[in-house]
Amino acid sequence: MPVRFEVNGKPVGVEVEPRLTLADCLRHRLRLTGTHVGCEHGVCGACTVLVDGAAVRSCLMLAVQAEDKKVVTVEGLSLEDRLTPLQASFRRHHALQCGFCTPGMITTAHALLSEEPDCDADRVREVLSGNLCRCTGYISIVEAVLDARAAYKRSEERA
Amino acid sequence: MKKALLLRFEADAGVMKLPPFEYACPTTISEAVALLASHDGEAKPLAGGQSLVPMLAFRVASPALLVDLRKLLELRQIKIADNGVTLGAMVRWRDILDDTRLRTAHPLLVAAVEHIGHYQIRNCGTVGGSVAHADPAAEMPGIVVTCEATIAVSGKAGERVIKSSDFFRGPLTTALTPDEIITEIRLPPWPAKRRFGFQEFARRRGDFAMAGAALFYDEDGQKRACNAHVGVIGVSDRPLRLVAVEQVLNGNKIDLALIAKAEATASAAVNPPNDIHAGGAYRKALVGVMVERALKSATTQRN
Repeated sequence: MPVRFEVNGKPVGVEVEPRLTLADCLRHRLRLTGTHVGCEHGVCGACTVLVDGAAVRSCLMLAVQAEDKKVVTVEGLSLEDRLTPLQASFRRHHALQCGFCTPGMITTAHALLSEEPDCDADRVREVLSGNLCRCTGYISIVEAVLDARAAYKRSEERA
Repeated sequence: MKKALLLRFEADAGVMKLPPFEYACPTTISEAVALLASHDGEAKPLAGGQSLVPMLAFRVASPALLVDLRKLLELRQIKIADNGVTLGAMVRWRDILDDTRLRTAHPLLVAAVEHIGHYQIRNCGTVGGSVAHADPAAEMPGIVVTCEATIAVSGKAGERVIKSSDFFRGPLTTALTPDEIITEIRLPPWPAKRRFGFQEFARRRGDFAMAGAALFYDEDGQKRACNAHVGVIGVSDRPLRLVAVEQVLNGNKIDLALIAKAEATASAAVNPPNDIHAGGAYRKALVGVMVERALKSATTQRN
């Protein structure tokens, strides 16, 4: 069946079977392979995308359910010519090694910091508990997210 | 080599991991019920999808038709009135946590919801979905049973209201017929000075609890507990009310000696099976500890 939604600011229309997940639709139909698929049953968080601003697991959402929604993937949270403050913070803190979990970490952290730029370390840990990383031990990721708060506070002041 | 790569690419383009199903997205409850009724038990309602879609991914469930409830906006309301808190079935965990009125209108509900799943799951998962799914370790069914909530449902025979004590029948098994959808969860009124506690234990944050306890009680003029309600999750085939523990509490001041007695009574009242996450004896001890901690937090809360 046909489904129309917005991905990273651009309208898209795809013909899908109802059983196609949003994660697989993004990766295999729209070729947005930044969204990673790990456990495929809602545990690992690698496939996290933003749907109408909220972080959701795209492996647990059907593509047909994205109808009329605004979807943002990790590709939509990057710039052409330089790193975003959140990406730069991940780099500065060595918050990734193999990088498999990183798209989910970035999308989740972006959702959190956009809504709660004053969140503390406990809140960051609580929110990231839904995202598995098998390399870093999380400490560097938490530090990177905390360090990126300033950029989100500034953008809030501008707005 | 080139050919193999190409084949793999084509297979990926047609990637389909969930079993096949038809999909409908009705805009009224009666339309949803008619769709469910037309498929002779082979149709399933889809709410937030946080339990059903994993079951599809594991192919534990393979319904012929999914009836998506996302356009039934009347099921998304949170109503707070003299007769209590009414949650539309499609209210998400996130909506409960965002609604500051609920922190006084039903603080036990809020405390339980804070333990549900993860951030991303709380953005999608719904109260009706959790109650209909009826996982024996899930928080919301535990709250429904502890608080004696009622469950309003709509089916081809019309509407009916089911008592919490009749609703949960076993693991993933409820009193719902295949054509029925939950429309509302109705929680009785919550007095301002009621004391409460919610505790659960899981190895990792966001996992299903190995055991958990939800409880509340009111106090009479002499600070003795009355109207105690104690519910536990994760220790049986469904959420349980522990009447024996309530009897220990009612009519007494809640002090450390009474809490110890309540803990022992809670452990004695359950007979959890062994499974891969924890042995029965461990869960039996753990549920007592959860009751103990919930009571301690209830006694120390500021009123």
